[in-house]
Amino acid sequence: MNLLLLFISAAIVNNFVLTYFLGICPFVGVSKRVSSAVSMGLAVMFVMTITAAVTWLIYHLLLVPYQIEILEYVSFILVIASLVQLVEMFIKKVSKPLYDTLGIFLPLITTNCAILGLALFSVLREYSFIESLVFGIGAGAGFTLALVIMAGIREELELSNIPKPFRGAGITMIVAGSLALAFMGFAGLISM
Amino acid sequence: MAKTPIPLRKEFLKGLWNDNPVLRMLLGLCPTLAVTNSAINGLAMGLATTFVLISSSILISLLRKVIPHQVRIAGYIVIIATFVTVADKFLAAYLPEISKALGPYVPLIVVNCLILGRQEAFSSKNGVGRSIIDALGMGLGFIFVLVVLGSIREILGSTTLFNIQVLGDWFNPWMIMILPPGAFLTLGLLIGLGNWLNERKVKI
Repeated sequence: MNLLLLFISAAIVNNFVLTYFLGICPFVGVSKRVSSAVSMGLAVMFVMTITAAVTWLIYHLLLVPYQIEILEYVSFILVIASLVQLVEMFIKKVSKPLYDTLGIFLPLITTNCAILGLALFSVLREYSFIESLVFGIGAGAGFTLALVIMAGIREELELSNIPKPFRGAGITMIVAGSLALAFMGFAGLISM
Repeated sequence: MAKTPIPLRKEFLKGLWNDNPVLRMLLGLCPTLAVTNSAINGLAMGLATTFVLISSSILISLLRKVIPHQVRIAGYIVIIATFVTVADKFLAAYLPEISKALGPYVPLIVVNCLILGRQEAFSSKNGVGRSIIDALGMGLGFIFVLVVLGSIREILGSTTLFNIQVLGDWFNPWMIMILPPGAFLTLGLLIGLGNWLNERKVKI
């Protein structure tokens, strides 16, 4: 039951994009079409889940026993970068259609701060292995949700008459503000 | 790259306005939004990021002929992560309160696209002196936006500026400004304002 609460908290109440501002770059960059938003969201969710598992193992089985926690950031970012590379090669080998859909989005995930943020939060909150795994899936689902909603709104925005200085990034930020406002409605749902 | 070298003064000033990292290039948005609920947090974040940016620019422009092209991104990231660790431990030791307020956003400087972007676009192609000037300009442009954003949000959200009361009791604080939605709204309006001023050909 606790794990379910953790999942909902990570996905909706403390949405990574709208309350922690993690993963804003792809949120602004890849939210023009719903179809590409779905692909990006799924790719991020996939990498997040694996990252959560691998960084937990590295931190608790390697860094803590040898007392080299100071290498936390360096090792995490290296793990994430190589993990993205591995996932890319794996998908290419196993499922060519999926690889073509995800295409350029895969390498971009390395610089997505939501992934590193996830690893840092799991350490900070002292999650167990299973908890970090659920946290990773939840955060990924929340990221996908925010990205798809945003893409839906932006498809409509293209048809409306926006003052010129606000076209593009300006209006996206303001819409994201309204979305964050809406998601604040969930705030009292779970207190974690 | 460029045939005629750009004067150093211009190299420095471009980061402040014409190529401002946040308002014009939309780089480093995560920390910009996350830590600007007060002016002092924005300033601390800006300074920490500038420190990492300048140090890694120096090291990378020195090593630009040594690092093999194929593994350059991984190399840059390791260098950046090292300086971020230094900045993080420094803040935790000397300014524990600010370190606590910024939380995981200090380690997240590693993935700030502003820093990696400048290394890839500038330091890997230019000498040390020029790279320092570029990093300094970009860093100051980043600090400028963070402090402006933090000030607006702090004044409207908690009626103070750098923890000094500026608005009287008559003003009912807009709680929303220090919460996440306020960050998005203020930055959206600032980007719009920047574009509007640019269109009217305001040059510095």
